[in-house]
Amino acid sequence: MAAQNDAVLKIEGLTKSFQNVHVLMNIDLAIEEGAFLVLVGPSGCGKSTLLNCVAGLEAPTSGRILIGGRDMTDAAPKDRDIAMVFQSYALYPNMSVARNITFGMKVRGATRAEQRSALEKVAHMLKIDHLLNRRPAHLSGGQRQRVAMGRALVRQPKLFLFDEPLSNLDAKLRVEMRAEIKRLHRALGATIVYVTHDQTEAMSLATEVAVMEGGVIAQLGPPQQVYDYPVNTFVAGFIGSPAMNFINGRISKDGGAIRIQVSFDGATRELPADHYPFGGGIEDGAEVILGIRPEYVSGSDPSADRPNVALDLVPTLVETNGFDQHVNLAFGDSEISGRFSPREQIKLGTPVRTRIDLSQISVFDRETRQRL
Amino acid sequence: MTDATLTSAPAGRATRRGIVRVALRGLLYLLLALFVAYYILPLFVMAVTSLKSLDEIRAGSLMSLPDSASLVSWATAWSSACAGIQCEGLQPFFWNSVKMVVPAVFLSTFLGAVNGYALSHWRFRGANLIFALMLFGCFIPFQVVLLPMARTLGLLGLAGSLGGLVLVHVVYGLGFTTLFFRNYYVTIPVELVKAAKIDGAGFFTIFFRIFLPLSPPIIVVTVIWQFTQIWNDFLFGVSFSQAGTQPVTVALNNIVNSTTGVKEYNVDMAAAIIAGLPTLIVYVLAGKYFIRGLTAGSVKG
Ligand SMILES: Nc1ncnc2c1ncn2[C@@H]1O[C@H](COP(=O)(O)OP(=O)(O)O)[C@@H](O)[C@H]1O
Ligand SMILES: [Mg+2]
Repeated sequence: MAAQNDAVLKIEGLTKSFQNVHVLMNIDLAIEEGAFLVLVGPSGCGKSTLLNCVAGLEAPTSGRILIGGRDMTDAAPKDRDIAMVFQSYALYPNMSVARNITFGMKVRGATRAEQRSALEKVAHMLKIDHLLNRRPAHLSGGQRQRVAMGRALVRQPKLFLFDEPLSNLDAKLRVEMRAEIKRLHRALGATIVYVTHDQTEAMSLATEVAVMEGGVIAQLGPPQQVYDYPVNTFVAGFIGSPAMNFINGRISKDGGAIRIQVSFDGATRELPADHYPFGGGIEDGAEVILGIRPEYVSGSDPSADRPNVALDLVPTLVETNGFDQHVNLAFGDSEISGRFSPREQIKLGTPVRTRIDLSQISVFDRETRQRL
Repeated sequence: MTDATLTSAPAGRATRRGIVRVALRGLLYLLLALFVAYYILPLFVMAVTSLKSLDEIRAGSLMSLPDSASLVSWATAWSSACAGIQCEGLQPFFWNSVKMVVPAVFLSTFLGAVNGYALSHWRFRGANLIFALMLFGCFIPFQVVLLPMARTLGLLGLAGSLGGLVLVHVVYGLGFTTLFFRNYYVTIPVELVKAAKIDGAGFFTIFFRIFLPLSPPIIVVTVIWQFTQIWNDFLFGVSFSQAGTQPVTVALNNIVNSTTGVKEYNVDMAAAIIAGLPTLIVYVLAGKYFIRGLTAGSVKG
């Protein structure tokens, strides 16, 4: 671990209010050189506002922003050593692609020769050499996105900021550009803060994910950790598709054994939960929410050493995508979703043998919705 | 689409619909022709009258074409008609108007553009209030500001000068020009300004390098609007000028009203056409951009 001062970006107690609307509350964050931090959360949770504060396009109400160890809270955007890519691309409509890319250098007084060599390098890297004389209006969405990235790359900043750069692209192009951004990140060793509302994008790009909800960072960590150990039901439900199943339950302690009682078609089932690391212990009779990811609900036999339970459940919806079947199953008066092998014969209305693998469950307090 | 439905409909119905359509179209053209005649007739009367001799005017009908067209009245109107005691025609006043209208249009358009840009993309404290006040300024009648304006011009030492008239027109036009540019610039995405700020551009760099190049449609609208307003203005011209700095509209009035003895309709008409010609020319040359500018959609990034 590098010393604290080495963080490329450090945010301390950042708060932002518009009049009396509190958009960001007490945000703390630090990322190291080469990190790819993705801010993810539903629309309106304050992601763009946070990014704009980092860029200097919005002034924080309180708190500090350090970039490369220097306090940049009140610095102008141009002095922060950052570059930004916007969802709407924000290319200058009256300038050619080449001049769009070199505009910043020109404003800063770079020589013609410097501009040309930087332009050539970036254009080559992004494969837009053939577009340099065109106007933005004559480019496709994907091409515009590349030009917007070129404008950022040519800056060679300490920190790249991306605000939903792929949201205006169609699905196929989005996946392509996603890979491209990841490749660039690797090739340049760049430090990136990337905003998206798409959790798939977040998971596939990030080295660190910050899940935001209503102006606070609910959880910050590597993608796999956030996926496996969501800190509350919001994160659990937001990350992962199809979404995690939530089942209401009650803790029953019987000697050393801890079980979770779930009611199911009038009956009560007890699910083993001894293996679950209840931090700080758990009381008998505590009301909880049991969270199970759909991939742990299936027809296949889990390995014998894993805690599991088998139930006969009635399918209410089947969706096939070729590599598995996504099945909704009636569970008491609600539903849970599972993933079944495509070879398995599943008929709507006919009960199917379902195994629930309990090895990777999450348990949340029903009151506070926090992970136990 | 229409063709397909027509051919597939029964033949009788198709022809009946055809007849109705032709009839409606004919009616439309008739109406348009009437409107054209209505608007062109005064100009026609003025033009033919200006080419006739006084005898012919008295003898003939208003509408008849001149027996022998002559430009004598035009020459008189331009260089020797008497406006008050001065008998040099419209010429010196015409140049006064040009000297007034060019800087006034340029300044009010430019300042309107800067204002509109600041109001739409640099949301400073009180921006809304300032914009509201400027809008309010558009609706203040000329007459209300005459006295305060006269006093202000006196204090500035600009009373009776062309510079004073330019100032009056710039100030009075600013509300409109600001409104035009502000409404045009709000359609430019904010991200464009954000991107430029990150690129290191400041207030005026962004204005000159990004906003102005996107502005020709609205500049045309504003210039035509301002040119027409200022060139045609009479009230400010008559109130804030003195002998030697009067604009052409004031001189026209003097020529028409100061004729002693016989009223020279042909000279009056020629003078009126000369005074109105620049606005006509501006519309003919830039009219199509005017329409285009008024209907211009948003700028896409
Ligand atoms: N300039 C502003 N004035 C008032 N409220 C704003 C302003 N900008 C953003 N907001 C509010 O802040 C919240 C977060 O906005 P934003 O950061 O754009 O969300 P996200 O990017 O996560 O979708 C929204 O509720 C939005 O209405
Ligand atoms: Mg946003």
